[in-house]
Amino acid sequence: MSAKTYDRQNPAFYALLVALVVMSVGPIAMMLMTSLKLNVDIMSDTSSLLFMPTLRNYETALCDFLWYEAPHIEYCDKTFGRALINSLVIALVSTVLTLVIGCMAAYALVRFRFMGRDTVSLSTLAMRMVPPAVLLVPVFGIWTFQFQIDGTRAGIILVYVAMNLPFVIWILQSFIVQVPIQLEEAARMDGAGPFQVFFLVVLPLIKPGLAAAAIFTFRVAWNEFLLANALADRNSRTVPVTIVNSITEFDIDWGVIMATGMLLAIPPIIFTFVASRQIITGMTAGAVKG
Amino acid sequence: MQSANVNRLTPYLFLAPAAIIMAIALLYPIGYMIYASFLDWNPSQRIGEAEFVGLRNYINLLSDASFLESFWVTIKFAVVVVSLEMFLGVGLALLLDRNIRGMSLLRTLFILPMMIAPIVVGLMWRYMYHPTVGIFNRTLKSMGFEPIPWLSTGDWAFASVVIADVWQWTPFIFILSLAALQSLPQSAMEASRIDGATGWQQIIYIKLPLMLPVLIVTLLLRLIDAFKVLEVILVLTNGGPGLSTEILSLRISRTASEFRELGEAAAMSNYLLILLMLLTFGMFFYNKAMEARAARLRKAAEEDL
Repeated sequence: MSAKTYDRQNPAFYALLVALVVMSVGPIAMMLMTSLKLNVDIMSDTSSLLFMPTLRNYETALCDFLWYEAPHIEYCDKTFGRALINSLVIALVSTVLTLVIGCMAAYALVRFRFMGRDTVSLSTLAMRMVPPAVLLVPVFGIWTFQFQIDGTRAGIILVYVAMNLPFVIWILQSFIVQVPIQLEEAARMDGAGPFQVFFLVVLPLIKPGLAAAAIFTFRVAWNEFLLANALADRNSRTVPVTIVNSITEFDIDWGVIMATGMLLAIPPIIFTFVASRQIITGMTAGAVKG
Repeated sequence: MQSANVNRLTPYLFLAPAAIIMAIALLYPIGYMIYASFLDWNPSQRIGEAEFVGLRNYINLLSDASFLESFWVTIKFAVVVVSLEMFLGVGLALLLDRNIRGMSLLRTLFILPMMIAPIVVGLMWRYMYHPTVGIFNRTLKSMGFEPIPWLSTGDWAFASVVIADVWQWTPFIFILSLAALQSLPQSAMEASRIDGATGWQQIIYIKLPLMLPVLIVTLLLRLIDAFKVLEVILVLTNGGPGLSTEILSLRISRTASEFRELGEAAAMSNYLLILLMLLTFGMFFYNKAMEARAARLRKAAEEDL
């Protein structure tokens, strides 16, 4: 392959690219289209591209938040609205907690030599592979019988923070290593204590790393189903739990359920567009560090 | 780094919050689970009331044909999806490792699938696999072919969950391989080009060997995650038809919630955990060995110039 063909691609290459993009984005586009269709259009035999888009399914899903009364809604089911708020609170709070706590731990592992450092490092790595299904039985038992925090948002947040910490500690280490140590020493000469150095010097310098870690943490907390399902009661259910509850029934209302799916997918999609560079660096850092 | 205002306790103060939370919500539950696996325990009892049965749960599981089937389905699923994803992801990265306009937009579009909630991924594929309204059978029908029973026969159901997982996770391999490719030393590539190596020869003798350490780690990370998969399959097939897609995570959650056998579910969790433990430590040591090897290869490539 000569250097010239590198920039001038042949048409088949572009055709292949288009096909690949369609394959990767197509299912999402299909979900979006279905969420804008009436059930009549979903069931009809005519081409799936010709239909009148409608926001009815979104109105049904979000009826709790509407400031007007949508004419087609006879009975407003508050389940989804409540779940959306729970999801937001749980994902945001657990992301902030995980970042602060994880960042401090990563800093300790990178910058200090102390007894038990290797043990901490290795057990953090081991914790990363524990699947939610493995935590299901013990967390259910402990939260219900010992701490009595089952059914609360705090209980769910606690599991999510713990689940995300190992990964966050791991990827932040590779960002902290790159902070020039001279900056920290200069601050210390000026009389700053270790916590001041950490919050005022180190944190601002690793913003891209924090962004990456934040997105991964938010994504897990926002998307998780199994533990939320085991721990939540009627009032603390998250969106994934309500979605699964509504599809186990025999007859699926595809329009409404695709609208709820879209609403759950939108925040991570926006993040991806805004911060794809950070996401990719974060993934690479996580993998290369093992 | 020691100075007047850093004392011995400082590192522990920085670590304390993380250590406490992980101890409460990860280590303690795992210890609890190991204990629970020796009990005949159901959700209406406090753990202290449950009867201690020793290794009975573990032994029962080993002679339970349907558990062994789940174990086998899990391993089969992980191996099949990870090999397909590695093949497609690395292939895509090799294909797209060139200066094209809009590369960063393409990367963004390609990582979208892995950002979507597995529940939602399950949902949209279930819609596409739908026997009458789904796009696959509609297209087949309009072209005059027989519809395919995507989720209703064992083999097709297995293939269907594999396809959904490959759709969601090939991007992960793609992005990491592309990053690895673009960080390869350009000097080695140019040297081989001057020596008259063809595109394929470059891939096989230079690119792939140099990428190997990253590829191995990527492979193991994906393998570990493939053993954790649950939601997509739950939404698509709920383990059926029969046991054809009943992976371990699904079986654990069902044993706990439907059959209310917490002790047995805990024992299953332990089997899964042992498997993942082996993979994780395998990854850790392989990574160390491979980093050393890559350093040697890179040095050799530079000396070639």
